[in-house]
Amino acid sequence: MIKENDRIFTNLYGIEDWRLKGAKKRGDWDNTKNLIQQGQAWIIQEVMTSCLRGRGGAGFPTGRKWSFMPKDDGVTPRYLIINADESEPGTCKDRDILRFEPHKLVEGALLSGFAIGAHTGYVYIRGEFYREAEHLEAAINEAYEAGLLGKNAANSGWDFDLYVHRGAGAYICGEETALLESLEGRKGMPRLKPPFPAVVGLYGCPTIINNVETIAVVPTILRRGGAWFAGIGTSDSTGTKIYCISGHVNTPCNVEEEMGIPLKELIEKYGGGVRGGWDNLLAVIPGGSSVPLLPKNICETVLMDFASLAQVKSALGTAGIIVMDKSTDIVRAIARLSKFYMHESCGQCTPCREGTGWMWRMLTRLADGIGTVEDIDRLEEVTYEVEGHTICALGDAAAWPVQGLIRHFRSEIERRLNVQQVA
Amino acid sequence: MKKTPSKKHSEKTAPKEDFKTFAFSKENEEKIPEILKRYPEGRQASAILPLFELAQRQCGGWLPGSAIEKITEMLGLPIIRGYEVATFYTMFNLKPVGKYHLQICGTTPCMLRGSEDLKRVCKRFLGIECGETTEDGLFTLNEVECIGACVNAPVVQINDDYYEDLSEKSFLNILDNLSEGREAKPGSAISRQGSAPLKKEQS
Repeated sequence: MIKENDRIFTNLYGIEDWRLKGAKKRGDWDNTKNLIQQGQAWIIQEVMTSCLRGRGGAGFPTGRKWSFMPKDDGVTPRYLIINADESEPGTCKDRDILRFEPHKLVEGALLSGFAIGAHTGYVYIRGEFYREAEHLEAAINEAYEAGLLGKNAANSGWDFDLYVHRGAGAYICGEETALLESLEGRKGMPRLKPPFPAVVGLYGCPTIINNVETIAVVPTILRRGGAWFAGIGTSDSTGTKIYCISGHVNTPCNVEEEMGIPLKELIEKYGGGVRGGWDNLLAVIPGGSSVPLLPKNICETVLMDFASLAQVKSALGTAGIIVMDKSTDIVRAIARLSKFYMHESCGQCTPCREGTGWMWRMLTRLADGIGTVEDIDRLEEVTYEVEGHTICALGDAAAWPVQGLIRHFRSEIERRLNVQQVA
Repeated sequence: MKKTPSKKHSEKTAPKEDFKTFAFSKENEEKIPEILKRYPEGRQASAILPLFELAQRQCGGWLPGSAIEKITEMLGLPIIRGYEVATFYTMFNLKPVGKYHLQICGTTPCMLRGSEDLKRVCKRFLGIECGETTEDGLFTLNEVECIGACVNAPVVQINDDYYEDLSEKSFLNILDNLSEGREAKPGSAISRQGSAPLKKEQS
């Protein structure tokens, strides 16, 4: 359980003023100059101490990512990019930061930009978030007017410019190298790694790409200390996290809570419980559409952190929790996700381009009870042919939900095949 | 709701203006230097998305080929590059759309909370299915993938705004308002504060 004064996003619901005046009241931009004057090494060290892991889904340690930046040669520009292309089904946390806590993000951008030696930052925000981009742009303009961005930002001696770049509808642009391609004015097709963006990124220059939530917690970590953040949550998953609870609960919501909180507690306490009661629960997707679902018996006890969810063959991902009660047609629910990945595959790698559509068609047939038991095996086999055989992780993300379905609900698919045969 | 469903037709409404040639309006022309300035010298290709968006807005919600070609040339890129980009991103409409572009999110979190019902409302009230435009050119309906407001599902994006926590009734009400030339208030249809859980007394 989170302590009330440990909450970072105190205006998550937009009850208070999101503009500079309101943000300052909540402690944003408080003596930012002082934090910068402690130096780059100090900031990176505090973020390392906090054990902050990226909030965009992969959970890579942020401090370590920053340390991959090559030595500053004083000539090559360096860039900070904030990934606000939030599109993972079940996830809508960055949206709240963008519209109600934009100054946390802007201040975090300055501090993180300084830490990695970047004078320029871009926020790549999904095109559909038009109103959210308006808030962010307004916050950036306010920051410029107040001298918190631009030349000698916040009187720190560091020059930092921040720009908003709106996407135009492509889930794949949330993948960091596809984002770079898109920002450079091309189709969002992922690049091969290595080289990693920290070495060869935007316009061929060293670039750090972090999620909105990751950057937005940096100012608070620096003010309260890395050790404070590391003291919340579990040893492998520290700090607080914004969870999104959607689907069949009585009160769907976003909520900031401690890492490692029991899934059941989140659903009961904030989600108002499963529609029709806990016993009406069928399954939960715990970390956005890309992670395998969990049946009710696992949901009883599992904790919401990276290690605990990996142990039950799922993942924390973005912490987008999709709850499904017993009225759900589980095969169709997962088939709809397959359709999503088919639509969003960039088409660059054959296993993903062909596989996503094939998996969707196969699942749709199985949902209707058409096919044989061998088809289930074939489908499972194909998911493993897609997984790990593509440039980016979209192929994996398309395969995992299907694997999860077969792992836990194979009997349901078989039941449909039998019904159809008898009829 | 007395309105009789307008007849559907598969061909999208032809725009009145001639889009064989495209030029930015004076007002938009003035915005271009500011957009280009965001990117370093020699990296102006980065401006392709913002400029396409600006053009689409000017053309009433769609991006004609003439605009794609004009902007691509302006940025010093081969024309094919412009078409590659325009066809890759789903927000660029390569055919005209109605005054109100209804984009129903159909991905699983919205599907679980009734996005299919919302599609049926469109069929019943407007007589259109996904990909179609009403004869009066007022509404175009499309199903889109996750628009990132899952805890306020089901969600429909109408032009720039999100309409959240919808039911068949509240969505019908929105469509009725828009078709009668009235405004429809964006945001939560059940007066929720952002993504906060609904209070007990409200539910």
